[in-house]
Order: sequence, then C-alpha cells, then structure tokens
Amino acid sequence: MAVVRLCHLYPHEMNIYADRGNIAVFAQRLAWRGHELQVTEVAHGDSITPGAHDLYYLGGGQDRDQRIVAHDLADTKADALRSAAQDGAAFLWVCGGIQLAGVGYTDASGERLPGVGILDVDTEAGDRRMIGDIVLLVQLDGEMQRVVGYENHVGRTSLGADATWFGRVEQGHGNDGESGKEGAVQNHVIGTYLHGPLLPKNPWVADTVLRWALDHGGHDSVLEPLDTGDADILAARAREVAIGRAGQAR
Amino acid sequence: MRRLAQLVARSSGWLSRRLGRGGGTTLPGVVLLKLRPRAAEELAAPLSAGSVVISATNGKTTTARLVRSATDAAGMPTVANTAGSNLLRGVTAALLDMDDDAQLGLFEVDEAALPSVVDQVQPRVIVLMNLFRDQLDRYGELETLVETWRTMIADLSPETTLVLNADDPAVAHLGHDRPNTVWFGVDDPSIGRAEQSHAADSTHCPRCDHPLTYDLIGIGHMGHWRCENCGLARPTPAVTATGVTVRGVDGFDIEISTPSGPVAASVALPGLHNAYNATAAVSAAHALGLDMALLPAALADTDAAFGRGEHVDIGDNRLVMLLAKNPTGANENVRATLTHTADLHVVIFLNDRTADGQDVSWIWDVDYEPLFDRVSSLTVSGDRAHDLALRCVYGGADPSAIVVEPDPGAALDAALASAGPGDTVFALPTYTAMLDLRAELVRRNLVVPFWEDA
Repeated sequence: MAVVRLCHLYPHEMNIYADRGNIAVFAQRLAWRGHELQVTEVAHGDSITPGAHDLYYLGGGQDRDQRIVAHDLADTKADALRSAAQDGAAFLWVCGGIQLAGVGYTDASGERLPGVGILDVDTEAGDRRMIGDIVLLVQLDGEMQRVVGYENHVGRTSLGADATWFGRVEQGHGNDGESGKEGAVQNHVIGTYLHGPLLPKNPWVADTVLRWALDHGGHDSVLEPLDTGDADILAARAREVAIGRAGQAR
Repeated sequence: MRRLAQLVARSSGWLSRRLGRGGGTTLPGVVLLKLRPRAAEELAAPLSAGSVVISATNGKTTTARLVRSATDAAGMPTVANTAGSNLLRGVTAALLDMDDDAQLGLFEVDEAALPSVVDQVQPRVIVLMNLFRDQLDRYGELETLVETWRTMIADLSPETTLVLNADDPAVAHLGHDRPNTVWFGVDDPSIGRAEQSHAADSTHCPRCDHPLTYDLIGIGHMGHWRCENCGLARPTPAVTATGVTVRGVDGFDIEISTPSGPVAASVALPGLHNAYNATAAVSAAHALGLDMALLPAALADTDAAFGRGEHVDIGDNRLVMLLAKNPTGANENVRATLTHTADLHVVIFLNDRTADGQDVSWIWDVDYEPLFDRVSSLTVSGDRAHDLALRCVYGGADPSAIVVEPDPGAALDAALASAGPGDTVFALPTYTAMLDLRAELVRRNLVVPFWEDA
C-alpha cells in the first residue's frame, strides 16, 4: 500500500466549483487500488514543508477570496511550491488555480495580482465571461483522450514559451475564446479552467495525475484498471451526455 | 392603448395554456413589456396598501405563500405572482390580471431581477432573506449580487421598510446604519449544528473581510456571527424565533417574538429552512402593521407550494417532493429527509436546463453522504442522472445499489417498486425536474396542474 500525500490549498476559500469532488476522486481511486490519500489542508498564513507532499491541489474562488489568496501565496508559500514543481511533484490547479499558478493576473480594475510562477502563463481579465460546457482533446504521457467539463471564467490566459497547452478545444471557449487551446501543462503541473468537477467524468486524467504523484513519492506508479468498473462505466455515460450538451446551442 | 395592450397580453396567456405550452404565466407580461416597458409601475400605482417584495436564494415562494395567508386572514385583497414566474414580466403579468379591488401587491422576485422590479413597483416593504451559492453560470458570484442589492438599497425611498435576515452576514449588513430597517433571526440554540456545512459562503466579515466567528451555526453561513477584527456583529433582531421544534417532514412548532406581540404557531412545512421562512413572513406582517393575533391560524393553514414539501398519495405510498436548486437547499432537504425514521426510499433528480443552472458542479457541494447508509433504495434520475450516480459512488454509496433511470416516470416507478406498503418515497428534484415529475403526476391524475393551484 502506498500513501499519496496531498496538499489541499485554501479548501475554505477556493472551493466554489465543487473542488472537493476532485479530492474525492483522488481518494477513492487510490482506495480502490488499496492505496491511501493523506490530505493536508493548508490555509491562509500556513507555510508548506518542502518535500512533504506529492500532489498539490488548488481550486477556484470568488474574486475577493482569490485576491486574498494571491497575496498569501506570494508571502508564505511560493518558494516551497516552486521547488516542489521543479522536483516533479504533481499539481492540479483548476480555475482560479491556473491563474494563480501563472506569472500573474491583471484583474478587471487593472490591479496586478502576483502568481506563483510554476506555469509560464499570464492572465488578464477580459470584458466578457466565458461560460458553458466544454470538450477538449487532451494528450498526457503520450496518450490522447477526450475530456469534458464546464468553464466559467473572465480571465484570458496566454501561454509563454515554457508551457504547453493542456487540451485542444473541440467545443467551448478555452483559454481566451480564440486560440482553440485550453489550460497549460509544464513538467507535472496541470492548470485548467475545466470544472464540473473535472475528475469524476474524466478518470483518465485523475489516474495520470495520481501516477505522477505515486512516482514522486517513490512508489510503484502502475495503477491497475478498476476491476469493478462501475464508476468508469458511469463516467463514460456521463461524458457522452456532456459531449451532447456541449454540441447544443443553449 | 392601455386597454388594447392588456387585451393582447391577456389573450396570449390564455392561448399559451390552450396550446399546452405550460402555465402561460409570463407570456402576457412579455407581450405587455414590449408594448409598455414601465407597465408594472403604472399598474402598481393604484394599490392603496402598496407592495411587498420578497427576494432570496432560497424560500421566496414559500415565504410569499405564508405572507399571503396572513393578508388573506386580514381581509386585505392581494395581487401576487403565485404561479412561480418571478421576473419583471411575471410581476407585470400578475398586475395585469389583478382584481379591481386589489389593495396590496405581494411579489416574490428573482435575486438578479430584484432591482428592475423595485425600480418600478417602489415597494412599501422589501424582505431580503438569504444569499447562498447558486447557479454561478447564471448569477455570477455572490458578491456581485450583494453589490447589486447594495446599490439598489442606496437608491430606496426612506419610506420603504427593509426587512433583513440578521443571521445572514452579507444580507444583514445591507441595512447597516439605514433607518427603517427591521432585522429578523432565529435565537433557539437547539437549531445549532456542530460545524458549518461544506457549502457555507460569506464566512468573511462583510465590512473588513476577516473570517467570522460563529456562536451558533444554523443553515449554511447563517447563524450568530461576529467579527473579532472590526467588531461588526449580527444585529439584534426585532423579530426573533425563540423556540423551534422540528417534527420530521411534517412540520414544526415555532414561537416568535415581535414588537407587535408574540406569535406561536404550528406550521405544516418541513425543515428548519421553513422556520426561517415563517419568521421572515411574520416580520413582513409586522412591517405591514397586521394584527399578530391573526398569524397562528394563517401560518398553520399554509400548505406547501408545489414541489416544496408537497405530499402526494400514490396508492398506499406517500410521495414527498423537496425541491432544491442549490447546495444549501439540498442540504436542508437531506437533513429533513433524515428525520424520517421509517424505511427511506430516495429519488434524486438532476436536470441542467437554464432554470436549473447548466453547470451541475454544485451536486458535489451537497452533503448527500448521510443518506447512503440510511436508504432502503436509492434512484437517480433526470437529464444528468449519470452525474448524480458518480456523485453517489464517489461519496461512498454502493454502485450496485444505485438505480440509474433518467426518465422521471420510470424513476418514480422504480422507487415505488422498492417501497413496501405505507412507505414514503422522497423525491429531491431540481426545478425543471420537479416540473417534469409533476407533469408525470398530472398524467397519472395524482395532482392538478400548477397554474390551477393558486
């Protein structure tokens, strides 16, 4: 049995898009394989112990909370997070998370919020909200799959030279509504706007991130296919429905 | 011109019902608003007792029904948008249809539409009850709504009485330093929860952003709050529920103190959230100057609005419909369902149409987990039934014990087939899923269509 050590950042402030669903998926998919997820909640003002975590999760928050969190990250956590990313730890940072992972965020009032700088992306508030069902074609570790979710963001994210995009947009807006690209990946850091939450309907993404985390913790990173299969059959059906939704004008 | 506009608009409602396109409760308003954009202002002006406008994320419809019972008991002819259409066009349609002797307007209004209605109706009383995380795709973030309401309140006539929930920090603070504001709240320590539900919003101080301290946690972020940083605290309510005893899904007993005298009533609506609704309704009645002696009977006589705790007999089984549109509402429904001590049969319905919110993420913020160990049968239904099934599986429910049945009629049949004689089936639908389920019950001649239910 392996223990994956998850650092869940700001669970009380950054949780508006049902981020705990992603945590539940990590926990269950490990448990179904006989492993364990150990969750450490890290809050405002807390510091991060270097090397203590294999996986870092940050979700989305309201503008006010994101502002508070951006400054706290810069003041108390950014150095530890940067060295963890360089060290190959896994990161899944969703929604507000991708903005905070980047080099910075310029909000609607023109205020510049600091970013952690583990993804070479920059974000600027746009003049319209990008909302709706979204379908991506995603390639991770040489495998390609269709990924579904829901997006709701005003930030327009552009990629620098060191990051590659997470998915190609088949339906929906993506990073900026124009480039046809969504999210960003750099080493084992994933930033994406997809919630829904992301992982229940996309178990392949969950298992990929968990493999990175197991590997970082020095464990055997082979994850057996689930023998019950129920959750993945349900996920496939739910994904079909979501893909149908994304194709509809509504 | 005005009469022609009314005639055209009224005919469109009749036509909509005749064509079987639902209740036809908004089409007349839509038509009239095209012809006269400020029709509601003109139509509301003659109301001699003015208007009461009620808004909240949760509890608008039920609170409006409770207030309606009180104004009926007081013999005050009232025009209300009871058929569920709560945008400006729905208010306009109700005013268009009002009887000539109407004295009071009573309107439940969508949170985002509130400023447009208030601007035209110029209410005598505005009741603001709560703001919970709800349909982020449609309403945007909570603080945006709070800001919209704050701007609206700054422009209000000082004559308007503002009735605010003291237990909801963001809502309570809207009346800070404003004269002619009445706060209400629940003071019974027995309602308290050990910890805040996952879906709690607004746990930061509305004045200084510091995390709030709670001496009593009620529903979501509501309770007895105070800020240890700037000293802001829950205002002392003028109208206070001092004793609340919940009797399962059948109802609750409540004692409320008001400046116009005490009210003790037995209310046939499920759950603590309805105790808040009753307290809000009593506050509105107090603001209108109604005789408090009328209220116990008026509250006791109010039955559930369609889908909101409505009971339907099906053979020797009973169906209880508990509508929820957001995590806090769903949590209260789960809490009410768990008070049922006999075998539990639960059907959860999830649709993702415009009125439900297209983003189904919110089901992951609902604390469904306590149900999984208690249910004798669990069925998931609706357009996004598979998303619900995933929610239950990752929440620890046994996958093989979940019945996945997207069609609402088939889901109902599956639950009834599992239920023993005399068992209760609890239906927990989103808004359009509730309409679908109710349409199915109408087809089976078990209930009447909702526009005949006013």
